[in-house]
Amino acid sequence: MSGRTLYDKIWDEHVVRDNGDGTALIYIDRQMVHEVTSPQAFEGLRLAGRDVWRRSANLAVPDHNVPTIDRLRGIADPISRAQVEALQTNCADFGIRLFAMNDPRQGIVHVIGPEQGATQPGMTIVCGDSHTSTHGAFGALAFGIGTSEVEHALATQTLIQAKAKTMLIRVDGQAGPGVTAKDIMLAIIGKIGTAGGTGHVLEYGGQAIRDLSMEGRMTLCNMSIEAGARAGMIAVDDKTVEYVRGRTYAPEGEHQAEAETYWRTLTSDEGAVFDQTVVLDAAAIRPQVTWGTSPEMVVPVDGAVPDPATCDDATRAESWRHALTYMDLAPGMPITDIHLDKVFLGSCTNARIEDLRAAAAVLKGRRVADNIKLAMVVPGSGLVKLQAEKEGLDQVFIDAGFEWRDAGCSMCLGMNPDQLSPGERCASTSNRNFEGRQGQGGRTHLVSPAMAAAAAVAGHFVDVRDI
Amino acid sequence: MQAFTTHEGIMAPLDRGNVDTDAIIPKQYLKSIKRTGFGPHLFDDWRYRDPGGLDVDPATRRPNPDFLLNQPAYRDATILLARDNFGCGSSREHAVWALSDAGFRVVIAPSFADIFFNNCFKNGVLPIVLDHQNMDALFEVATRDAPAVARVDLLAQTVRAGGVEYPFEIDAYRRHNMLEGLDDIGLTLKHAETIRGYEQARRDAKPWLFREL
Repeated sequence: MSGRTLYDKIWDEHVVRDNGDGTALIYIDRQMVHEVTSPQAFEGLRLAGRDVWRRSANLAVPDHNVPTIDRLRGIADPISRAQVEALQTNCADFGIRLFAMNDPRQGIVHVIGPEQGATQPGMTIVCGDSHTSTHGAFGALAFGIGTSEVEHALATQTLIQAKAKTMLIRVDGQAGPGVTAKDIMLAIIGKIGTAGGTGHVLEYGGQAIRDLSMEGRMTLCNMSIEAGARAGMIAVDDKTVEYVRGRTYAPEGEHQAEAETYWRTLTSDEGAVFDQTVVLDAAAIRPQVTWGTSPEMVVPVDGAVPDPATCDDATRAESWRHALTYMDLAPGMPITDIHLDKVFLGSCTNARIEDLRAAAAVLKGRRVADNIKLAMVVPGSGLVKLQAEKEGLDQVFIDAGFEWRDAGCSMCLGMNPDQLSPGERCASTSNRNFEGRQGQGGRTHLVSPAMAAAAAVAGHFVDVRDI
Repeated sequence: MQAFTTHEGIMAPLDRGNVDTDAIIPKQYLKSIKRTGFGPHLFDDWRYRDPGGLDVDPATRRPNPDFLLNQPAYRDATILLARDNFGCGSSREHAVWALSDAGFRVVIAPSFADIFFNNCFKNGVLPIVLDHQNMDALFEVATRDAPAVARVDLLAQTVRAGGVEYPFEIDAYRRHNMLEGLDDIGLTLKHAETIRGYEQARRDAKPWLFREL
């Protein structure tokens, strides 16, 4: 028998029942719940007179709608407030653990799961949110689902799934200084495209991936969905085990050693066969900046906006033209000539402590440029915020002219008041540069935290390696 | 769920690749805690010239006459033709709810994003994959003969338009559930004993997974 991939191992372990029609009933160990994609699921349970199958499998938090300022005053927008209140009511009614808006443990759902130790290797983890792939950094099978499946998982602790194909993305060698997990991931998406991973579970491997911290691995797995894959995962190693150990919901006592021994088996076997393999050379990856309205529209910071006339695919050339019009950019323009209005440092992609440290390191002793109307830091969780304050990072940001906010999804998608106005251009550490994503008519360029900080100081994109 | 056997309707050709779910239904409508009422906001940023929200009556807004679904030939369309990677991005099922609420029963594209594709089946909206050549042919019919009608037969697995029949593939279990309009949760709960048995064995082997939160 040939070796099994990490995905095979987790899949096999979670099959409750083979349905005999190409699908299986898969057991779900953990469900994360937020306010936007859950109300209709709870309503469905009520209408059908069903209960939650296993309450303690679920952890809930409001993150999308929450304000990042003046939070003690509550939520001003009555529609947002109603949605957050609905989550509170639903969690109270069904007995689900909730970190409410003003709880210090509140934060972006994909930041708090790992932070609390609720995310563990070998688990199946779902959430009504496409960035659930983040948790795959722990050698877990984690993927986003729609609200009907949220209801299904709540009611049955299972999902009906067909097995995905597997793709190994191997990043060999060492990444250079100033090149982060975000740059590696944008380079991967640039290479395989936003549909490159469709139908696949990605496993990231190679020296450059092993070198990444757990925070960096989360950034990488987070954006698997931007490569079209529902899930991305990374084999367990010492870093994984050490990160989880001692966290609030991590295994304790006699179970700790037992769990850790099991976790260390969560790697793809030697000789495991993947349906596809993609190889990148880390040393060749430079800091990345997206220029268009899809994450695959990305170039190195020392590159230029591409010309649709040079694109050999007619449909793609047309989408480039659309993107250039929307982004108000001209072909051939150097990336470093793109001037910005706002800078957003946050999101489930890049708002963990390491991200804040990287940005603060660039900002220390510097000031945000005059043309930047707003630069803001939105930590990924209340605990990330506290940790940053303990390290004095908040003062570095404030001294540089950044606003220091409370935790939430914020301007990654602008469901709360943090939005771009029409025509505004933003350097953002988030994950999507879609039209209108950060506010109707807003223009988003995706970058790493260090690159966002450097752009804030210069007022336009610069190569963080030059400063 | 609404069962799907056959459907006949007007095709609307949306000629853009990588249409994401943010474009299908923008963020501000995700604040609703209902499953209905998203139809008027389908493709909201493209469909209107002024900003909207849940607290704005769509009837008071300025439609963009250039947008496909505002054109008389496509206003009553129920079959959406799309390009590659339709429905990418956010997992929001609201995107399917919006399509369904606006009357769409079928989306035909050369490829779909996984989560969107899956969400369609939960809501009686049939996503059909056809190759690029056949897609181009359908786009041509839908544009040239607008308003052009297509007939979709899930039992026979065919799309008929412009006098041509296009066969399509679909997973057997998805087809079955769609034809019968079956409720997944009800079906799964028939195996409640099996799930309980699995769960107990898992609890015995890996008790740390069952820690109270």
